[in-house]
Amino acid sequence: MLITCPYCGPRDVIEFTYQGDGNRERPQPASQDLDAWNAYVYDRLNPAGDHNEIWQHSGGCRAHLRVVRNTLTHEISSVAFTRGDHKAAARHKAEGKI
Amino acid sequence: MAEYSAFSLLKNALSGNKDWKPAWRKPDPKASYDVIVIGGGGHGLSTAYYLAKEHGITNVAVLEKGWLGSGNVGRNTTAVRSNYLLPANTRFYEHSMKLWENLSHDLNYNVMFSQRGCLNLAHTPAQLDDFARRGNAMRHLGVDAELMTTAEIARLVPALNVSATARFPIVGGLMQRRAGTARHDAVAWGYARGADRRGVDIIENCEVTGFLRDGDRISGVTTSRGEVRARKVAVAVAGSTGQVMRLAGIDTMPIESQVLQAFVTESLKPFIDTVLTFGMGHFYMSQSDKGGLVYGGDLDGYNSYAQRGSLPVVDEVMSEMLALFPGLARVRMLRSWGGVCDMSMDGSPIITTGPLPGMYLNCGWCYGGFKATPASGWCFAWTIAKDEPHDINAPFTLNRFHRGLVIDDKGQGATPRLH
Ligand SMILES: Cc1cc2nc3c(=O)[nH]c(=O)nc-3n(C[C@H](O)[C@H](O)[C@H](O)COP(=O)(O)OP(=O)(O)OC[C@H]3O[C@@H](n4cnc5c(N)ncnc54)[C@H](O)[C@@H]3O)c2cc1C
Ligand SMILES: [Zn+2]
Repeated sequence: MLITCPYCGPRDVIEFTYQGDGNRERPQPASQDLDAWNAYVYDRLNPAGDHNEIWQHSGGCRAHLRVVRNTLTHEISSVAFTRGDHKAAARHKAEGKI
Repeated sequence: MAEYSAFSLLKNALSGNKDWKPAWRKPDPKASYDVIVIGGGGHGLSTAYYLAKEHGITNVAVLEKGWLGSGNVGRNTTAVRSNYLLPANTRFYEHSMKLWENLSHDLNYNVMFSQRGCLNLAHTPAQLDDFARRGNAMRHLGVDAELMTTAEIARLVPALNVSATARFPIVGGLMQRRAGTARHDAVAWGYARGADRRGVDIIENCEVTGFLRDGDRISGVTTSRGEVRARKVAVAVAGSTGQVMRLAGIDTMPIESQVLQAFVTESLKPFIDTVLTFGMGHFYMSQSDKGGLVYGGDLDGYNSYAQRGSLPVVDEVMSEMLALFPGLARVRMLRSWGGVCDMSMDGSPIITTGPLPGMYLNCGWCYGGFKATPASGWCFAWTIAKDEPHDINAPFTLNRFHRGLVIDDKGQGATPRLH
């Protein structure tokens, strides 16, 4: 399986670390909404088909990526930066580090 | 019912083995049953068997979308053990072990249960301390466990690299002698035959496509072979749990479906007569009765319903095997395959009434549910028959996550790929 990192280009899956389901919404740290915390920590959509997930290019530029991958065929239909990493990556690029 | 006996073997041998009867009938689905079990894997079949045998409930159908044994019951590496740390797990898996010890006799079907032992290797003093703790916890609950020294291990498994210069030197191990292996297909066939003989309809090529409702209550299923009604509908579909629960309108579960691979080499002469696990990576191996080495390692590590594995894991498993057994470098691998596992968030199963009225749920077997097959069916049958869990499966609820009562034997938290 190849994942096309927006910075580094197509790289083998062994360079990446799976960070799991990308649909989950982390409640505010002070939130006492137990249902929301339970859903965030334990509940999964687990679809057979397109799955929105987070991968880190841990063996490359280290950016966190939002990947849409089909869990039946492993076909990847989109790869984008997660929001925070997009900013950090843009800064690194401006500073000439990448 | 003693269809298999020394006498029947001899009689059929003399008549050219032409007169054996099929092990189970091929009935068409009836319009209604007392209980429908969805999933003709090991757990669904054992559930039907114990419903009939222990509770006298025989108006039961097992609905299987493929053929018996096409799921994980026919894809696993056949290791059976009860060497867990936490009391809920130890009690449950030891109950299973006791059922295994009498299973061939109970079913009148040789499941080839072989108590060749299971040895977990330790590679650091800290790991050995941890194993000593686990062994003590097991012995407190009446389960056998013994620590082994490196010298004892070298005698038991002569091909193992126990030298101090090994990449991961072996400092000892934890052995459960009563653990071992069983012939996985025979387990499915034996339970199928036992359930069939007691009146259960086993219906293959019958995919459940939806649920029928009576108000709030689940009252049956729609299938590729028409509607079937039942007072109670039990779900035991392993890796397909998310998909089947979605048919009932439940969109999220504390489960991820991930692929686990297994491998078999060409046949060798007797090479290893125990189940061996490598504590530094994730590798385990035993030898089948035909002589092939049967082994596996980690999950592929991400959600997958592909029922086939990826190459990086093949690479990793082979390198772990060679770290332990340098002498196997030139042995050929014959086959590899994958199975979809229902990885739960704490690594422990769910056997429960509900979550909807009229429904019963059995899932979350991760990559360790083969050893659970007898106890899983036994506990699930009890739960279905009495509408409440037996003491042994009472801790394995669906809402334990919400209530903070997780059963996390590995202490890995809600990261299924680490369990
Ligand atoms: C490679 C591998 C190695 C393993 N090794 C071990 C091991 O050494 N020891 C151990 O203890 N465990 C092991 N396991 C885990 C073990 O095999 C499983 O946990 C266990 O078999 C799951 O229960 P089951 O047998 O009922 O599942 P399955 O056999 O998968 O049964 C579920 C059935 O449900 C059916 N189904 C699904 N959807 C529908 C539907 N809509 N309608 C009708 N039927 C449906 C499927 O076709 C399937 O036959 C391993 C698993 C794998 C994949
Ligand atoms: Zn990158």
